[in-house]
Amino acid sequence: MRGILRIAYKLMVNDRGKFAALLVGITFAVFLMTSMTAMFAGILSKASSTVINVGARVWVMDPAVNTVASSIPMPDYVLDAVRSTNGVKYAVPLYSGAALVKLRTGTYQAVTVIGLDDTSLWGRPEFLEGRVEDLYSENAFAVVRDSEFPKLGNPKVGTEFELNDHRAVITGIADVAVSGLFGIPTLYTTYNRAIQYIPTMRYTVSFVLVEPKSEEDIPQIKRNVAALGYQALTSEEFKDKIATFYKYQTGLGTNVLLMTVISFIVGLSISGQTFYTFILENLDKFGALKAIGAKGSVLVAMILFQATFTSLTGYGLGIGLAALTIFIAKLRLPSYAATVVYSNLVLAFAMVVIIAAISSVIGIRKVIRIEPFEIFRG
Amino acid sequence: MAGLAIQANGLNRWFGEGEARTHAVKDVTFEAYLGEMFYIEGPSGSGKTTLLSMISGILRPTSGTVTVEGQDIWNLPADELADFRLNKIGFVFQDYHLFPRLTTLENAAIPLVMKKMNWSQAMDEARQYLDVVGLKDRAELPPVKLSGGEQQRVAIARAIASRPDVLIFDEPTASLDGDTGRRIVEFVKENILTDKRCILLVTHDSRIFEFADRIMKMEDGMVKGIEKGRADEN
Repeated sequence: MRGILRIAYKLMVNDRGKFAALLVGITFAVFLMTSMTAMFAGILSKASSTVINVGARVWVMDPAVNTVASSIPMPDYVLDAVRSTNGVKYAVPLYSGAALVKLRTGTYQAVTVIGLDDTSLWGRPEFLEGRVEDLYSENAFAVVRDSEFPKLGNPKVGTEFELNDHRAVITGIADVAVSGLFGIPTLYTTYNRAIQYIPTMRYTVSFVLVEPKSEEDIPQIKRNVAALGYQALTSEEFKDKIATFYKYQTGLGTNVLLMTVISFIVGLSISGQTFYTFILENLDKFGALKAIGAKGSVLVAMILFQATFTSLTGYGLGIGLAALTIFIAKLRLPSYAATVVYSNLVLAFAMVVIIAAISSVIGIRKVIRIEPFEIFRG
Repeated sequence: MAGLAIQANGLNRWFGEGEARTHAVKDVTFEAYLGEMFYIEGPSGSGKTTLLSMISGILRPTSGTVTVEGQDIWNLPADELADFRLNKIGFVFQDYHLFPRLTTLENAAIPLVMKKMNWSQAMDEARQYLDVVGLKDRAELPPVKLSGGEQQRVAIARAIASRPDVLIFDEPTASLDGDTGRRIVEFVKENILTDKRCILLVTHDSRIFEFADRIMKMEDGMVKGIEKGRADEN
């Protein structure tokens, strides 16, 4: 069988025009599908940036909260109640809100402010410059050095500005794993300073971060929190909730799905049509093979091999092209939200398998039906 | 005469349905022998190609039997029939049906590859058959770079590569000029026909009748007679 597959390979690859058209079709489709889903994955990752960066295992919130940015403040007794729940090792408050920074140039810049528990500073980022304990000094803020950092005028330790009409001083430059979705800089400070500087409602706790004593305690914590009328989610569940929100309640997921389907149809059309033409052009040759003594299974194997080889080559090229494009885009646009994750690759692979299968079926139907007698008749 | 190669008995073939139903081959019976160059001759539409297809195992007759070297071929299951064609029959099609994307050598090696022979071994053996047809030095060229006569020779090399007992030529001179066609058939007669092989050749080209051992004349799907060819006279 290896010899006949080699023949099939040569028939396909030596027809350079068709082979190139097939590769272009599949590569283009995979490129589009991967790029679209990678962008979506990047957006979802950035949307969960605070969850990833803070790193708490369990998050307590109002059940109506869909994203970190849309937190609903909870009363302080929730923190006390959580702390007194069996299975909780420790629990701290987290503030998440938005503020306006007035730069020295006189322009305003919106920022995200994360207020960390005053006692423990749990969930703090890694400090690149300055000391963590300097966050306790007067008017202290740490700024995250990410793609949005230049929007604050590339501040240094000691840089001063106004934040909601309060004096603020940069005491640290920090690094985080994932930058935010909304294209605005992130500042870290203490919880109490955050609620002091930023106008809040009667309640001030955006989230309660919980460290359970063990993994087995999480269900019990969830039940107790639910009894209070709130919701406790593991970080993975919270990320899923955020993803679900963006997928199904913003239209973003539908748009990405539509683009992915369109890419799939484009790829299928180009490669299906080209492969069908290839089969049609070689139909008499397949008929001759059948007359010579090729069994149906041999012809099916040849066509399946041709379709699979072309599809996998196109898949590899498409993934490579998408990765290269994202890499180049990120060099130019550091905040470009695209990440190729395992599920992108699996989805694109599944689509390519479907394209290969449909193209093969069209070809196989045609070849199986050809009567060698027609070859004699000319 | 050597052993019996082909025995066709009461072959009939109908095509179509209703009023369009056509009786293409009518009650044909004949025998061909190993070592014989047997021509089937007749005007266009006389049923030659249909008969050839039934004898070679690619078109099932409506009635009648075909026995090749004692094997009733139309009693074989589909896969065994395919194996039978691969091992016992060699085809030289009118339009050659060579693969333009393969080299001449690879084209000649196709039956060997289909027999699951190791690739390099198949190429080595196919090179020998290209040598037989005088095209060893053209082995790496694609068929489109060859003349019509050379392509015909590649098709012959491919047909004999599986060492078949029966070789089938469908209008071998139809796509060639008179001299080339004649030279090809003469070459086949002298180099390809052996005591252990029967060559069945469909033609209406009287210029190559001189190489026939026997000529079966067909008209309107019926055998009009079997004559001795002029080969013995030469």
